[in-house]
Amino acid sequence: MNSAQSQQEKAVDLKKKSMTIEPFRQTLATHGLKLERDQTTTLQINMGLLCNQTCRHCHLSAGPGRKENMNSETADQIADYAKRCSFEVIDITGGAPELNHNLPNLIERLSSLAPRIMIRSNLSALNDGKRDHLFELFKEYGVVIVASFPSLNQTQTESQRGRGTFSMSIAALRKLKVLGYGADGSGLELNLVSNPTGAFLPSSQPETEKRFHQVLSKKWGIVFNNLFTFANVPLGRFRDWLLKSGNIEKYMEKLSSGFNPCAVEGVMCRTMVSVSWEGYLYDCDFNLARGLPMGGRKIHITEMAGAPESGSPIAGADHCYTCTAGTGFT
Amino acid sequence: METYYKPEDLPKFEEIGKEAPDLADKFFDYYGAVFSEGELTEREKSLIALAVAHTIQCPYCIDAFTQSCLEKGSNVAEMTEAIHVVTAIRGGASLVHGIQMRNIVEKLSM
Repeated sequence: MNSAQSQQEKAVDLKKKSMTIEPFRQTLATHGLKLERDQTTTLQINMGLLCNQTCRHCHLSAGPGRKENMNSETADQIADYAKRCSFEVIDITGGAPELNHNLPNLIERLSSLAPRIMIRSNLSALNDGKRDHLFELFKEYGVVIVASFPSLNQTQTESQRGRGTFSMSIAALRKLKVLGYGADGSGLELNLVSNPTGAFLPSSQPETEKRFHQVLSKKWGIVFNNLFTFANVPLGRFRDWLLKSGNIEKYMEKLSSGFNPCAVEGVMCRTMVSVSWEGYLYDCDFNLARGLPMGGRKIHITEMAGAPESGSPIAGADHCYTCTAGTGFT
Repeated sequence: METYYKPEDLPKFEEIGKEAPDLADKFFDYYGAVFSEGELTEREKSLIALAVAHTIQCPYCIDAFTQSCLEKGSNVAEMTEAIHVVTAIRGGASLVHGIQMRNIVEKLSM
């Protein structure tokens, strides 16, 4: 047997191993549940896969070498779409959305179209010394910042997000504090997201939030509003790592054995529509990563008269166990 | 290779209740209550458990509480320090018995 054959067989074996759990669809059926859309209140916009970091848990395998990046025409089409619908929340993500030069115009256009505009930031792209205008823009439009901050420990943080990211994150959070972010009564909301730094489930959200408040304030004088703990989704670069490290089987078992039927009602895909950098619609960013378009076919945002209809089915696969494990994923 | 300790045995722990269910129920209820948040947080309790697991050198407990510590938000630096705490106590316990040795030497020696 040659080496290529051996590697291929190993890959097939690993794939089989990750498939030993009950398929997500079957689990839903066993519990008499269906995954269907509710009223869509959130528009999530993925600006593209270009990122300055190559985080090992990234479900989209974003990074500096990625060419997928939203152009101005699609950004305009998305703003037009937001105008046709009445979204309560617009959630901008990537990649690192800060690296897309269409971001300022898009925020300016969207700010009058929804009461809450959020941006997901890795902090290092925002604070790379070239984007001070974005700090000011976010403040001016009251953009809610949702920042990745996995751990209070430098080693853990950098094992997930790359060398130097811990101190860069601390510096960015201190800068946001100077602007008023995270301070009571400022109207500038700063939320942190902590994803586990390996093949294990996230810690209790209230307990972690309390500890992060105490430690960040004591050590660096940093303030924030809320902290969310989310499980890592077994897709993209994180899935590759799970396979290579031999953790895929146990991780999938952990997610599937934590299935909570009550969490299905609250999963984010029921009230969100996600639009890709090319303007195509997905039920969530994870389905975008998995290549599962909304309604089973690629629908462009220009084809949509309004928000997706309540009661329409949501595409799903085994990665959906991430959002239904324990108390769920919001 | 066959070993006495098998990782797949850990999830079978509750099978210990098959011959004595009442006692097992009491133990597992107690166990659950001990690890629930009280005056100490669940994270702190897991760190204590991890440290004790090392002193009793139980591979099942080390496996379970390493994962538990990570899932409750501890990092490897904290977990390592916890192990040093019990190591210090364990080593100190040996060393302090040296006083007994000294007492005996003193009694027997001219």
